[in-house]
Amino acid sequence: MATGLARRLYRGDIDIDFVGKRKLWYGLSIALLIISIAGLFIKPLNLGVEFTGGSVFDFTRTPGSSIEQVREVVGSAGPHQVIVQEAGPNWRVTTESLEGAQVTKVQQTVADEYKIQPNDVSTQVIGATWGGEVSTKAWIGLIFFMIAIMAYLSMAFEWRMALAAIVALVHDLVITAGVYSWSGFEVTPATMLGFLTILGYSLYDAVVVFDMIKEVTTPLKTSAKMTYTQAANNALSHTLIRSLNTSLVAILPVAAILFIGTTLLGAGVLKDLSLALFVGMLVGTYSSLCVATPILVSLKEREPQWIALAKRVAQREASEAKQASSKEKKEHAKK
Amino acid sequence: MAPPTSSQIKPGRTLLLLLAIIAAMGAAVVLQNAYIPKFGLDLAGGTTVTLSPETLDNKAPSQESLDRAVNIIRDRVNGQGISDAQVARASDNILIQIPGAGQEEALKLVATTAELRFRQVLAVAPAQEQPAALPSDAASPAPSGSLPAVTPSAAASPAASPAGRAVSKALQAPSPTASAEAGQGNKQGDNQQGNQQGNGKKKNAEPSPAASPLVTTQPSADPNAAADPLAGQDLSGIDPAVLQQFKDLKCSANNKGAGVLDDPTKQFAACDESGTAKYILDVAAVQGSEISTASSGLRQDTGEWVVNLDFKSAGATKWSELTNKTFNSQPPRNQIGAVLDGVVVTAPVSNGRITGGKTEISGSFTSQTATELADQLKYGALPLKFKVSSTVSVSSTLGADQLRGGLIAGGIGLVIVMLYLLLYYRGLGLVGIASLLVATVVTYLSVVVLSANAGFRLSLPHIIGLVVSIGITADSFIVYFERIRDEMKEGRRSLRTAVEVAWKRARRTILVADAVMLIAALVLYFLAVGDVAGFAFAMGLTTVIDVVVVFLFTKPLMSLVARMKFFAKGHPLSGLDAERMARTESSSTSTLQEA
Repeated sequence: MATGLARRLYRGDIDIDFVGKRKLWYGLSIALLIISIAGLFIKPLNLGVEFTGGSVFDFTRTPGSSIEQVREVVGSAGPHQVIVQEAGPNWRVTTESLEGAQVTKVQQTVADEYKIQPNDVSTQVIGATWGGEVSTKAWIGLIFFMIAIMAYLSMAFEWRMALAAIVALVHDLVITAGVYSWSGFEVTPATMLGFLTILGYSLYDAVVVFDMIKEVTTPLKTSAKMTYTQAANNALSHTLIRSLNTSLVAILPVAAILFIGTTLLGAGVLKDLSLALFVGMLVGTYSSLCVATPILVSLKEREPQWIALAKRVAQREASEAKQASSKEKKEHAKK
Repeated sequence: MAPPTSSQIKPGRTLLLLLAIIAAMGAAVVLQNAYIPKFGLDLAGGTTVTLSPETLDNKAPSQESLDRAVNIIRDRVNGQGISDAQVARASDNILIQIPGAGQEEALKLVATTAELRFRQVLAVAPAQEQPAALPSDAASPAPSGSLPAVTPSAAASPAASPAGRAVSKALQAPSPTASAEAGQGNKQGDNQQGNQQGNGKKKNAEPSPAASPLVTTQPSADPNAAADPLAGQDLSGIDPAVLQQFKDLKCSANNKGAGVLDDPTKQFAACDESGTAKYILDVAAVQGSEISTASSGLRQDTGEWVVNLDFKSAGATKWSELTNKTFNSQPPRNQIGAVLDGVVVTAPVSNGRITGGKTEISGSFTSQTATELADQLKYGALPLKFKVSSTVSVSSTLGADQLRGGLIAGGIGLVIVMLYLLLYYRGLGLVGIASLLVATVVTYLSVVVLSANAGFRLSLPHIIGLVVSIGITADSFIVYFERIRDEMKEGRRSLRTAVEVAWKRARRTILVADAVMLIAALVLYFLAVGDVAGFAFAMGLTTVIDVVVVFLFTKPLMSLVARMKFFAKGHPLSGLDAERMARTESSSTSTLQEA
């Protein structure tokens, strides 16, 4: 059975009713979106020190200490974000913003471990490197990005496709953010860059699907063979294998990085980035098939020319059904 | 459908073109001896500089001005967004981290205030004390050089370059140098270029010059004025306190009073850039904040480096008023002092009202200093004055394990992708793998070349992004391969025709999809700052590489491959055999073809 499915997939010989089941997908997506947005309110994103600022500790580097070891020592005193650097003759450790008592505890722990005076562990408060201005400009960039993409896709395709692609894009971003909020994974600049990659990837996927839909539906206008909905669904089924292939090929390296990043290296940039990419790409693949296209079809079905086509198809089928043999009847009914 | 003849010639040529591109980048890499890209802060470590604000009254600076300073400094160190420099506030200090060691020099420039103010010159004198001066010498600082008749270049250049160019260095020179030489002849016009300038000034600051004919405006030549370099100049309207300040002011090449806080609403005494002359300047008429853009460039007629300024509209009005006012004044009050961080960079003579809001300033700039000044003016002056309170080199924040882990994981991921392509597409998969390898090579070379020439720094997120993008490149040729298979399914087309027909369709899809990616990258690159801009740059780069690889490699290679019997005859291992692509009878009714 499994080989049979693989074989049919390989031949593009598969017929899944993506568009017909769109109420199911909408329901699923809306549920996911609500859960994600609720998560963002209930359990705000765990932002890294790069966004929030934090505490910095400096102390003399003693022989035999290593970055990993210092990270462990400081981590044992409480802070969960610990970035260790050599700074001249000192260790410089950056953590999230700590309260006075926590600062003292870190100083004491470090002093005990390296046999220095707590006073020799200097501390200061540091602001965000990814502060207000960087975030503001990133948001402005994102808004203009969406406008530019809307404009371009409206020209290359049409506004309905542009709108559907942007809805799918926002859908992907919100759900990925939701995964971060519920899981409590730290959001670092690397995560943000992962989100940005998803933007491009999600659009790439949607554009490839829409290009196919546009191609198959263009000759439909004058015929009465099938409705827009049926054609779009065929296009999707037909390109399903391509969609799965492209997604798989993009996800494989990400999965490898995520695997190594989490299992062998523990916390760090690799995990932050690849997790965002992994989640985003999975959601992106789902949304280009089950969100973008159904939305497009919903929008298109309101267009007079496609309503007219649907009527013609219905008429044709009705008249054919009268004359046709029972076998054919059965087949059309399946559609 | 391309005619067979053209498709026979094209693929080879196109592949050669790609080869030439790769060879050119390879040559650049070898010639520059830079085989490894430069890494960002997280991987290479860098230099951290702490800047502490200095205020007149030692009061803590306002939070708002500190935030503004952070933004301006970020623009200065990472204006292009690809250098991976980071700027953060640490209470009242500002921490700057630049990747790479030994960047102290670069950071010092970043910390300069870059407050540019244009002030009318009220009086001018040589900087050095001149006890043995002849009576007539007293008058010499008067910028007699400003008389067109005395300085040939002064007359020539404004004529040659109207409006924007009217304020030129040749005119600016009439500090001691000009008048000194002017007294002896008209030859200094040629001497005013480049480095000779500085030397000339120093030399001529010696108390030798003959009286300038210009001084007749004031009954000077009073022997008692020997010790007073201001004798003979109109001192009306000068604040006595500033006059005293001026008399006390000592200038030398090493001490020019740089960084002195000058209050724009008050008169001001300052040294010139070489430390050989000093000026009394009126209240600031036009300020650096009135500048909309600044750029550096070479002046064509003299071949010297200048900084070109565009004023905002309000600034342009003020500038036109200032140039007009000075034009109608007697020397030395017909000069405009451009005061940068308390030092007179240049003090050109006004040749008339300048409208249009463009001008240029010149001094003893080199290409580097002109560019730096232009950048500083472009991004605005710092609202505070800073001093460098510490400079430390810092190690990378990520252990080498993260980079190694990332590269190994990325490598494994790409190998899995290749295996998958081989398994799924069989013979076609080989074309895919070759394309992936070419994409990898082109990506690596581009990064190395950009790193060596444009200051592009690779952080770990960039590297992961690039690896992932190479995977996404595979999307493009999967789109193409699936098209080829469609064509062969549809109408018993021969492989050679199918390759061409499918290309026409796939090409459009690939271009539209890549255009979307490119728009995304461009918008984010130009609007965002810091990490986001750097990442957008990498994203745009890989998109371009995707197009290059698919157009110049995958397609021509397919055309070549299509001629091979192995593929054309649909060998079972080619991935194009009829059996595997055939659809079953029952499902054919719902396929696309029927539509």
